Amino acid sequence: MIPVCPTTALPPGEATRVEADEPIAVFNVDGEFYAIDDTCTHQDASLADGWLDGCAVECPLHASCFDLRTGKVSGPPAKTPVRTHRVVVQDGMVYVQAGTTAEDVA
Amino acid sequence: MTSTIAVVGASLAGLSAARALRDQSYDGRIVVIGDEVHAPYDRPPLSKDFLAGTASLEDIALGAPDDEDLGLEWRLGTTAVGLEHLSRSVQLSDGSEVRADGVVLATGARARRLPGSEGLDGVHVLRSLDDAVALREDLAAAGRLVVIGAGFIGAEVAATARKLGLEVTVVETQPVPLAGPLGADMGAVCAGLHADHGTRLLTGTGVARLVGTGRVEAVELTDGTRLSADVVVVGIGATPNIEWLAHSGVALGNGVLTDARGATNTPGVVAVGDCAAAWSAAAERHVRIEHWTNALEQPATAVATLVGAGGPVPTPVPYFWSDQYGARIQFAGSRREGDVARVVEGSCDDRSFLVVYERDGQPVAVLGMNQPRLFTRWRRQLRAAVPTAS
Ligand code: FES
Repeated sequence: MIPVCPTTALPPGEATRVEADEPIAVFNVDGEFYAIDDTCTHQDASLADGWLDGCAVECPLHASCFDLRTGKVSGPPAKTPVRTHRVVVQDGMVYVQAGTTAEDVA
Repeated sequence: MTSTIAVVGASLAGLSAARALRDQSYDGRIVVIGDEVHAPYDRPPLSKDFLAGTASLEDIALGAPDDEDLGLEWRLGTTAVGLEHLSRSVQLSDGSEVRADGVVLATGARARRLPGSEGLDGVHVLRSLDDAVALREDLAAAGRLVVIGAGFIGAEVAATARKLGLEVTVVETQPVPLAGPLGADMGAVCAGLHADHGTRLLTGTGVARLVGTGRVEAVELTDGTRLSADVVVVGIGATPNIEWLAHSGVALGNGVLTDARGATNTPGVVAVGDCAAAWSAAAERHVRIEHWTNALEQPATAVATLVGAGGPVPTPVPYFWSDQYGARIQFAGSRREGDVARVVEGSCDDRSFLVVYERDGQPVAVLGMNQPRLFTRWRRQLRAAVPTAS
């Protein structure tokens, strides 16, 4: 598991980026944590820099929206989904399990 | 009989119009006419990753897997040459015609060329995929590139060519590049990227002529300077593709004139994207916008007009971006002469900053360099601040 940060360091509405083989973006949506691949599937933009809108993040570059729960893209220009990753909160720390999709676990 | 809508133009605006029609439950026939043989592709990478050879044709294709379900009829590689407005039939270059109940004009714009450059090898414009392929091939064998025009396309081509190892000179007639969109101060800051990366920038000087027989050898400037060149790229803006409508009765100006909802003066005909000059209440005139985001978003309103769905007139906040020399430049809003630019984050010298343009103390536009997160927030704020007209 990759440690991300203490829960207190990622308040609701915020996002952060962690380095992994492929960088991962972690979001706090009203107390729920979600993790997806950080790099947009369209071009080279960091989704952690994007705009959080409910359970979706809008890419900061060309505004494709990705669902944080499923990774699905809602509109062009991106054509493919991002991968989701499982988030674990333990003892006030946020961790991600890279390579485990959020849905696998659910 | 099923109804037919003809979408003339198969780039981002045309494809977005076709998608929006299905989105809005139009279930008739949609015929998409494109003068290029290629399926819709994304143009911005043509001066960047595609030109550098790091993005493939597949990477820049606009079509998504779901587009199969749209049931579009493609007429690619055929140019629309006329529109008969009474019967709403589009005449094509191969002599055939498409009769339609509604027509979406999305023929885009073409690169302006330098007079006297015709027939000279090594002189390029960059607008289409074929342009980019030809330029890429030529750059591979070249040592010296001269770019005429220091706008965004010119700057991006210069940056890509530097990356490919060419010696690059950019020539700009204006004293400061990008002063139109960004203002002189910030235009100068962005143009500073050229010097940072070893590109020579010559401003305030025009091009007298291109020198060479058969193939270009040099660019001669109005001050007499002669710049040797193996390849020349002309990036001096674009002209809307509207000549084919000259006898159609559709009102034309600097583009196809439309109201704020995309309707032309001709019933059943709307226009979108780079070829359209839509009425702007804020500017109190028709404005033709060549931004990618406009081509993506505007068609939804125009096709709603076409199918009679109505809805509010959107008041989008213009947005564009440019990637040069590894720097990401983003701009949103509407800047006018006299607006005050204020650095709110970072510094221009570090090439990482956010600048807000203010008019009467209110933010009206925002410019970011390598500040995507903050920029996104400001862009949102501008969007929220714009009143929605009804
Ligand atoms: S980089 Fe994300 S939509 Fe283009």
